[in-house]
Amino acid sequence: MADLRSEFIGIKSPNPFWLASAPPTDKEYNVRRAFEAGWGGVVWKTLGSEGPPVVNVNGPRYGVIHGADRRVLGINNIELITDRPLEINLQEIKSVKRDYPDRALIVSLMVPCDEDSWKAILARVEETEADGVELNFGCPHGMAERGMGSAVGQVPEYIEMVTRWVKQHSRMPCIVKLTPNITDIRKPAEAAKRGGADAVSLINTINSITSVDLDDFAPEPTIDGKGTHGGYCGPAVKPIALNMVAEIARSSETAGLPISGIGGVTTWRDAAEFMALGAGNVQVCTAAMTYGFKVVQEMISGLSDYMDRKGFASTADLVGRAVPNVTDWQYLNLNYVTKAVIDQDDCIKCGRCYAACEDTSHQAIAMSEDRTFTVKDEECVACNLCIDVCPVDCISMRELAQGETDPRTGRKVGPYANWTTHPNNPSVQAAE
Amino acid sequence: MTNSQLTPGIVPGRLSSESYCENFADHAPPLDAQEARIAADRCFFCHDAPCTEACPTEIDIPLFIRQISTGTPEAAAKTILSRNILGGMCARVCPTETLCEGACVRMESEGNPVQIGALQRFATDTLMARQSHPFTRAAQTGKSVAVVGAGPAGLACAHRLAMKGHTVTIYDAHAKPGGLNEYGIASYKAPGNFAQAEVGWLMQIGGITLVENWMLGREGDGDLEGLLGEYDAVFLGMGLSGVNALRIEGEARDNVTPATEFIAELRQASDLATLPIGRDVVVIGGGMTAVDAAVQSKLLGAENVTIVYRRSRAEMPASDHEQHHALDAGVRIIEHAAPVAVHGNGAVREVEFAYTKNGPDGLEKMEETFRLKADQCFKAIGQSLGATPEAIKLAGGKIAVDGAGRTSVSRVWAGGDCAVGGEDLTVTAVAEGRDAAEDIHLFLMGA
Ligand SMILES: Cc1cc2nc3c(=O)[nH]c(=O)nc-3n(C[C@H](O)[C@H](O)[C@H](O)COP(=O)(O)OP(=O)(O)OC[C@H]3O[C@@H](n4cnc5c(N)ncnc54)[C@H](O)[C@@H]3O)c2cc1C
Ligand SMILES: Cc1cc2nc3c(=O)[nH]c(=O)nc-3n(C[C@H](O)[C@H](O)[C@H](O)COP(=O)(O)O)c2cc1C
Ligand code: SF4
Repeated sequence: MADLRSEFIGIKSPNPFWLASAPPTDKEYNVRRAFEAGWGGVVWKTLGSEGPPVVNVNGPRYGVIHGADRRVLGINNIELITDRPLEINLQEIKSVKRDYPDRALIVSLMVPCDEDSWKAILARVEETEADGVELNFGCPHGMAERGMGSAVGQVPEYIEMVTRWVKQHSRMPCIVKLTPNITDIRKPAEAAKRGGADAVSLINTINSITSVDLDDFAPEPTIDGKGTHGGYCGPAVKPIALNMVAEIARSSETAGLPISGIGGVTTWRDAAEFMALGAGNVQVCTAAMTYGFKVVQEMISGLSDYMDRKGFASTADLVGRAVPNVTDWQYLNLNYVTKAVIDQDDCIKCGRCYAACEDTSHQAIAMSEDRTFTVKDEECVACNLCIDVCPVDCISMRELAQGETDPRTGRKVGPYANWTTHPNNPSVQAAE
Repeated sequence: MTNSQLTPGIVPGRLSSESYCENFADHAPPLDAQEARIAADRCFFCHDAPCTEACPTEIDIPLFIRQISTGTPEAAAKTILSRNILGGMCARVCPTETLCEGACVRMESEGNPVQIGALQRFATDTLMARQSHPFTRAAQTGKSVAVVGAGPAGLACAHRLAMKGHTVTIYDAHAKPGGLNEYGIASYKAPGNFAQAEVGWLMQIGGITLVENWMLGREGDGDLEGLLGEYDAVFLGMGLSGVNALRIEGEARDNVTPATEFIAELRQASDLATLPIGRDVVVIGGGMTAVDAAVQSKLLGAENVTIVYRRSRAEMPASDHEQHHALDAGVRIIEHAAPVAVHGNGAVREVEFAYTKNGPDGLEKMEETFRLKADQCFKAIGQSLGATPEAIKLAGGKIAVDGAGRTSVSRVWAGGDCAVGGEDLTVTAVAEGRDAAEDIHLFLMGA
């Protein structure tokens, strides 16, 4: 069993798996059970200012995208921040933290954009002995219209300003949670860093409409005949989240800024991928909402096995390991030439590779009378589509050695060379 | 209940009434919507799919399964029925393990095919539950066609002709339409009077008149010449109404009967508890009929049921799947043995068999024999063509036809079990009936 203990911006937890701020962390009852199930930490469901709490809709608040067998691929929600009184939340946080001193307990916050509001809430949170705060600048619905959530997260100047207030008025570590509903994720991350944030966490949910009721002609979830955009999360958003995490991790402006990775983490493997791209830990919401708290056990055993296999002494050995290999397109080696190869023993003759390549790619697969499928090296551009659509994974890529002739171009494979020096690149010619 | 499985002789009511219900219930219950979605998701949507090629009616299987998976089972049904109007029955009775499912590429990858038959049933049941008919007739052509035989071949032919706008009269010797769907298929494959429901649904196309209890060649009914005088074309789909004889000593003893007769009686019984069955039943043969007779004897409460086949099990016309179905039901299968005599005093008591081996001139009976106790002996060594109009040329005991189903007599087509070519299966009969209709249509419209 590998050592999964994690220290993130000075906050210790027995493993790097935290529950994200959301329904699973909405109250003491849930959080105690989550800790009993093995979660390393939680970010408490976002608190608002003192006074009457927000209200939620009383009809359905989730939409869903299903895969086969109704597997949940993505959920969208129109829920707001906590709808329970501040006082009760604070009492519960204090009581849980007292009983679980070894677990990370972060309090998520979203209050109006003025210094006094932030000052007031921070004082209250400090009393709970929570380990830190997370600033929810991400919620894309309901709160944004009131000038909070993603309305702040989409304006880097506001992020910087609020973060600075938080650091000024509190000794607690501060994580800034980013919204993905923005064109360049590096800008808000840079703003958070300028404001003094200890870390960023991302992503919050993505603006979305999951489906439309084709009888009532309304977006789903439908409330009395109307619907609104919600926030999308779950396995479907993972690729978007991974890219945003990587962008921040490899940018020179934000390099070294700790990241808590969020978005579609469902298995240990998802978690390991986020961490390899620079996340110090991960947060999970939809997987817990879909399967219950017990999923963390698979994440713990899976990550542990992986780390043992790799000989990693601690999670720090994994964090950021893939970052140097994320690059820009123009630096990819154009002399890396591969060809698809179909393993005839494993091929089940479904013909999907043929249909894909013939109809939509490069007509590089031949089909014989007896349904034998073979790659025509002289046509194959190595796009990978056949491998992607093969249902039994019997196609692989063979790398051509340097000096070997590519039957498609008739040219010998040369040493590393990228677009920046390619003769077809207009800027190269201009420079000549 | 006075009788049990151990009661000697041929008696009814060997089982409790619940056992009859259980034994003859749907042996492959339908998929519900969720099961169908999961099953449908396993389809790879193969290019130029091998399953479609393996289906005698060439249903576009990947397309209909995709239509199920997108929540449009009725569109799926239309895809099926446009190629096979008896897609509902075929979904229940086709030996899919040797047809579409046998060709499924999942057999290659994991030995577990997509449940094509069950999905086909899901789609067609969904559509038929609405009691509406998805096809409409073309404008009437003024041409008329006589179809002899209301089995799968005749029905498929009639439907396609009616759809093209021709007027069709189906003549059948039986009191009910459906052919072997009604009188032959094992009860538990199509329970709930499905055969009649399907014919009723098919007839909704319009333009088809059904004449029952009318036998071609029988005094007072009519003959081929008469039909050719009255109609523009004739299709013969008469199936195989004769039964091959054993040609052994004692064959005429009581309780030695054709398996098909027993099955027909069973299919028409209103109360299975009144149907007598022997304690010891011997079935001679190796095809689907032998299996069905044996399994249903067992389900009626016979204590010992034995199928005896003259060659090896591997050579049995009944598929491996069907053989296992029989073995699972408790039927014993003896291979390499041929009947030589039926013993008994008036009625059969024992059937004597000789062991067989493959000799230079084919199968040889050996000296060694054995006897099996039997209250009842069912003959299932094949059916043969019944009386056929003399002018029609035969080939190998069946009506000779060309690829389009044309017989030796002008304006007469034939298809299904009575015609040469193809396996004797419901689905093959449908394909042949349909294709003959297409050719008749070309002939009628071109002429
Ligand atoms: C016991 C048994 C079980 C079977 N099980 C299966 C199975 O599970 N799956 C499968 O695919 N196939 C099965 N088959 C085979 C299948 O039933 C036949 O291949 C199919 O029914 C042939 O259709 P058809 O239309 O050619 O003939 P039939 O279904 O035999 O229909 C012929 C019709 O013609 C009528 N007819 C005959 N002579 C005359 C005449 N002179 N005048 C007027 N009408 C006449 C008959 O009354 C009958 O209605 C089974 C067959 C048997 C015997
Ligand atoms: C119903 C629901 C409510 C949420 N509420 C909050 C919230 O109050 N505060 C917050 O910061 N994020 C909230 N989120 C976003 C999650 O914390 C998380 O960022 C997002 O779901 C992506 O992670 P996942 O793919 O593991 O679900 C909510 C998500 C869901 C599904
Ligand atoms: S890699 Fe692309 S081009 Fe090459 S065979 Fe596969 S699908 Fe065709």
